[in-house]
Formats: sequence, structure tokens, C-alpha cells
Amino acid sequence: MNEYISLNQIKKGEAVTAVRVSGSSSTVRRLTDMGLVENSIIECVGRSPTGDPAAYLISGAVIAIRSADAQNIKVRRRENG
Amino acid sequence: MGETVIALAGNPNVGKSTVFNGLTGMKQHTGNWAGKTVANASGHFKSGKRSYTLVDIPGTYSLTAHSPEEEIARNFICFDKPDGVVVVCDATCLERNMNLVLQTLEITENVVVCINLMDEAKKKGIDINLALISERLGVPVVGTHARKKKSLAALVDAIDGLPHGKEVCRTDYPREIEEAVKIIEKKIPEDCEVSRRWLALRLLDGDLSFKSEIFEREGKALNHLQIRRAVSEAKMYLDKSGIPAENVGKIIASRLVEKAHEICDGAVTGETGYYKTDRRIDKIMTGRITAFPVMLLMLAAIFWLTVKGANYPSQLLSDFLFGLQDDLSGILTKLNAPSWLHDCIVFGVYRVLAWVISVMLPPMAIFFPLFTLLEDSGFLPRIAYNLDRPFSLCNACGKQALTMCMGFGCNAVGVTGCRIIDSPRERLLAVLTNSLVPCNGKFPTLILLISIFFAGSLFSSLTSALILTAVIVMGVLATFFATKLLSETLLKGKSSSFILELPPYRRPQLAKTLVRSVFDRTLFVLGRAAAVAAPAGLVIWLAANITVGGATLLQHCSDFLDPFAKLMGLDGVILTAFILGFPANEIVLPIILMAYGAMGTLPDLGSTAEIGTALAANGWTKATAVCVILFSLMHFPCSTTLITVKKETGSLKYTLVAAILPTLMGIIACVIAAEVMRVTGFC
Repeated sequence: MNEYISLNQIKKGEAVTAVRVSGSSSTVRRLTDMGLVENSIIECVGRSPTGDPAAYLISGAVIAIRSADAQNIKVRRRENG
Repeated sequence: MGETVIALAGNPNVGKSTVFNGLTGMKQHTGNWAGKTVANASGHFKSGKRSYTLVDIPGTYSLTAHSPEEEIARNFICFDKPDGVVVVCDATCLERNMNLVLQTLEITENVVVCINLMDEAKKKGIDINLALISERLGVPVVGTHARKKKSLAALVDAIDGLPHGKEVCRTDYPREIEEAVKIIEKKIPEDCEVSRRWLALRLLDGDLSFKSEIFEREGKALNHLQIRRAVSEAKMYLDKSGIPAENVGKIIASRLVEKAHEICDGAVTGETGYYKTDRRIDKIMTGRITAFPVMLLMLAAIFWLTVKGANYPSQLLSDFLFGLQDDLSGILTKLNAPSWLHDCIVFGVYRVLAWVISVMLPPMAIFFPLFTLLEDSGFLPRIAYNLDRPFSLCNACGKQALTMCMGFGCNAVGVTGCRIIDSPRERLLAVLTNSLVPCNGKFPTLILLISIFFAGSLFSSLTSALILTAVIVMGVLATFFATKLLSETLLKGKSSSFILELPPYRRPQLAKTLVRSVFDRTLFVLGRAAAVAAPAGLVIWLAANITVGGATLLQHCSDFLDPFAKLMGLDGVILTAFILGFPANEIVLPIILMAYGAMGTLPDLGSTAEIGTALAANGWTKATAVCVILFSLMHFPCSTTLITVKKETGSLKYTLVAAILPTLMGIIACVIAAEVMRVTGFC
């Protein structure tokens, strides 16, 4: 069984499935509006020049999320990336 | 019969404004970043059947408001009860957009779904079965590519068809939630003008801003106590069923995302996502090594084009306008105008006006379109993305980079734009520091001073552009400094979150952009400057010509300020000019020149070289120019901006902070710079 990791730990090009989305209620709501819910598939597509925030592909759109917020999103690695 | 009101809703970056412009023919500027439309804009259009008022509401991802601009959008759909809502969706990212459609359907049945950017989707190999989606939603679905006006005809037909009277798709929630909704719904009177189900859902998920709004607006119809009781009863029921109150919002939102997937499942084929070209551009625009140099390079390139391109037309305009002066003078003489009136109009009003136009218009007419191209192609969100880290170190939000960029055009616009920032504290930080980036009104002065004093000859526009870029970077650093300072003192707090969509890059429409930015922005800003310049010219002329006790009023004023100004490396005249330039930054330099000029009038300033000579004759050195540039960068914002700050913050205290903070920074910077330059002998 795969272990859960935080979204901010995944590398560029890696795809994961969201398992638990937590954080402040407004942040969670904002993420949900962007289409990030439990079971969403997320791919890290890049990092900003300073390394934080990072950009993720979520339901067809590229969304920038700060590491501090991504930390509260638990994900599971997908079998074949 | 009144006009039928149609609201235009949609996620940010879906081409909503383009649809709006296509339908109404109005020239609203389109944007490619979240939060372009920060207030409701409205326009009119006619079909064969009816005439309509179209209201373009701010782009939002959902109708549960997070930020003031989203509140505007929600309140309009919910409480202003338009006769119909057109939800514009992005065909390349339909599933995500469907969320807003579903939420809108919970409020009203009179919805038309407009799937825009069909051409882009086609290029990317995405195929959308419009009929199937329409069937699933129960509302008309129209595919458009709004840049081609013809494709909007079907949309107009669909709007004409409202109300369509069909049963629309309703998002079903888990059984427990549905039961809880029923408990509340029962207590909402039938005649409540807002959808009862939607109202119950919002009361259940604890949307606070909504709660206060609903009781304020529908207070008469709703029995507070009864409803509050029903809400707690419903929550208790949920709690017993194993759903804690704080999870309700999340469950509702997740279900909407799921439902959106169900609607699109099988109706949308092809890979949606992040495309090769975008990946390639982002690799450079946001690359670890390349990002910052590329941003600087782009900035420098824009300034170079502005400086280089503005030179010649500026000269032409000035020759032309100052040539007209003789005609005006001739007419006045013929009319037997007394000489004081003649001088007042010709040397006061007309010259300042002519100067402002000839110096301002060309750089603006080049800078605005260039900047608009940058905006429209989707670069600005990347700048926010790159700069989020530095802003978060100042306990602020990366979206402040967007409002800062808007400030380059006009600080008042930048201040209004701060509505896109969710956290009130971070929004205030952005509002109060906005004027530290120079607006368009300051550019011509900066460009002129730089080319006279530092770039050597007129032709070294490259040097000018580079120095100007350095000045802008200084403004950005000052913004960081002031933001940090405020967040450590007046506005203490931790930075909240930063979640921003990086939309696909889009090729901007060159011709349209040019026309629009010239007409909407350039002429608008110029008009405002001219409106201020004419009366200011009069006042200044009077001040420079009315003599009291052996000296002119202007003289008295500048003598009074002189000792203080000298400390800052300026002189009394310059400081007076900055104060008199409060209504518009554009007129600072003309005031200075007029005050220096013999007879108290603006000298004939046909060329940059002549202005240089005039300034040098009045004791200007490179050191003076440095201090003027510094103070120009950092001083109280213009009156329009301050009024906007007052409007946005609703607080006199913060308006004062917005004026005093940059002024203090400017004074300190000038005093230090003057002292350093005096000691090191740089001049």
C-alpha cells in the first residue's frame, strides 16, 4: 500500500491522487472551486524560480499553490505516474 | 417595457469581456488574469426580439464569495435578479467551469451556457458534444469563439429564447444534506425572492458574508429567529448523522465538482491540460535562472520602445501645438482682449496644456498598448507567480504583484484592483503601497530627466531605457520595503494563502489591442490630465505673475520651502511644483519650468535640449535630477488615487497612511541621496 505524502513533496512531472484536503476553510474552499477535491488527479508541472509556490495541473488548468498550503493536501502516488 | 437584464458570469480568463464586447460593441478592455473586471460594467444590445442590458460581472470560480469582487458577482446574480444569466465557459477546461454553471442553476433556471474559445479547443484536439451537455443541464448550450463576432449570433438567439421553461439540472447532495436542507427550506416563506433551496444550502454551509447580506436584503421576508432555529436544528440532525457542521461546506463543494464531472463525462473528449507551447514559454518565464532576467528584459524592452518611439512624435506635436499658439494669440489680439487676459490664456492655460499633451501623449500611446499586449497574452499571472515568494516574506500576497503592475498604468486603477486579494489585511498592504510604482503620469517626467541628465545624448534611448528600468526596480524594492514595514507595524499578521490560476498563453489581437488601449486608456488618462492641466496652468500663471510685496506668490511659496527643499537636494520651486501637482503628476515638470521661466511663463520648449538648458540655468545638476527622480518615485499619490484609497478602505486613517508613508520614504531617500552625493562630490 502506498504511503500518503504531502503535495508539496512531489517533484515536477509527478502525478498523484488527492486523498485529503485540509487547511483553513477558506483555503480549502478556494481549492475546491479550482476543482481540487479528494480523488482529484494532480500533476506538478513546475516550480517558481524561488522554489515556492509550485504549479499544479488540476482538472485541466494550471494552478499555483504555496508550499504552506500544499503541505495540508495529502496525496497518494499514482501507479504509473 | 424596461430592458431585459442579462448577467454575464464566468470563471476568470474565459474571454467573458470579449463576449461582452462582441455583443454590445462596447470597448471594454479584456484581461487575461484573475479579476480583470473589478466592478460591474454594463452595456446594451438589441436582437430582433428585445433590447437588452448586459451586465458584465467579475469573473469568479464559484458563487460562495471569498473576495470583495466575488461578492459583487454573487450579489448581482442572487439579489439583483437579472432576467437571465449567461455563464461563459472555457472550452479547453470545461469540467472546471461547469462548477459555476451548476451553482448558477441552483439560483435561477434562466441560464444560457456559452462555451467560448471553441476554436482553441479544436486546435488542441478537444471535442465537445454541445447537444449532450445541453440535454444533461436542461439549458441551452452555445459554442462560440467570441473573437469572431459571427459566432455570437447563436448566443443571441438562445438569450432571446429565455425563459426556456425546461426543467434544469439540479445537483443532488448526499441524503443527509438533502434532509437538512428540507428542514431549513420549510421555514423560508414561499414568497422569498431568492431560491429557497439555494438559500438553505448557503445557510447550512455557513457562508458568513452571505448570511449578513441575506438578512440585510431580505430581512422583511425572513423571520430571523425561526430560521436560525431551523439552521441549528438542521445542523444538529447532521451532527447526529455523523456529519460535523464544519464539513458541510466541503461536502457540498465536492459534490459540485463530482457533478461537473458527470455532466462532462463522455461529452468532452480529448486531452485537456497544459500544452507544449505553454510549457515551453513557462520554462523560460518561470525558470529558476531565467525568470528574473527575462522579466527585467521585458520591462527594459518596453521602456526602450517607449523612449525611442516617443521622441519623434513628441517633437512633431510640440512644434505643431506651439505653432498654434501664435494663431491663438492673434485671435485674442484681434478680439481686443486686454493684455492680462491674453497672457493668462496663451501663456498660462494654453502652454501648459500644449506641453502636457505633447510630452504625455506619445509615450502613453506607446506604453499603454505594449503593456496591454503583455496583459492580454497572459504574462502577468506569471509575474505574480514569480514574485509570490518575496511578497510572502513581507507577509503579503503574491497577487499584490498584479495590482502593482496595474499601478504602472494608473495607481487609482491599481488600488481598485486590490479587490482581487482575499485577505483584508493583505489587501490593505497592497492598497497602501500601490503608489510606490510610478504610474504613467510620472513616466514622461522620468524619461525626460533621464535623457537630459544621464543618457548623454538624445539618441541613447537604450541607456535611458536601462536607467528607467533601474528606477522602476527601485520602485518595486520600495514597495517590498513599505509592505514589510507595514506588516511589522500597523498591519501585523501572517501571510495567508496564495492560490492563482496560470491561464494558457494567448496570442493577443494586435490591431484590436492597439485601438482599444489608445482609445480607452490613453485618451482617458490624457483627458484627465488635460482637464487638470488647463485650470492648473491658469492658477500657476497667476501665482507666478501676481506680485505681493515685491515678489510673486510663487516666489513667496518657493522661498518659504527652499531651506527644507535644499536639504532634500531640491529647491523651493521643485517642491512647490510637487505640491501644486497634487491633482496630476503630469504637470509637475511644466510647473517647474514655468516658475523658472522669465516673465513667469513656460519657455518655448521645442526640444529636450532646450529644457535641459533651462533647468541647468536654474542650478540643476545631476544630483538635483537624482533627487527629483527619487521624490517623483516616492511622494504622496495624486488626488484621484487618494480618493480611490478612501473609497476602497473607507478609512481616513489609512488614506493618510497612503499619503504620508511614501512621502516620508521620499524625503528620507532624498536627504540621504543628497548628502551622499554632496560628500562624494557627485554632480
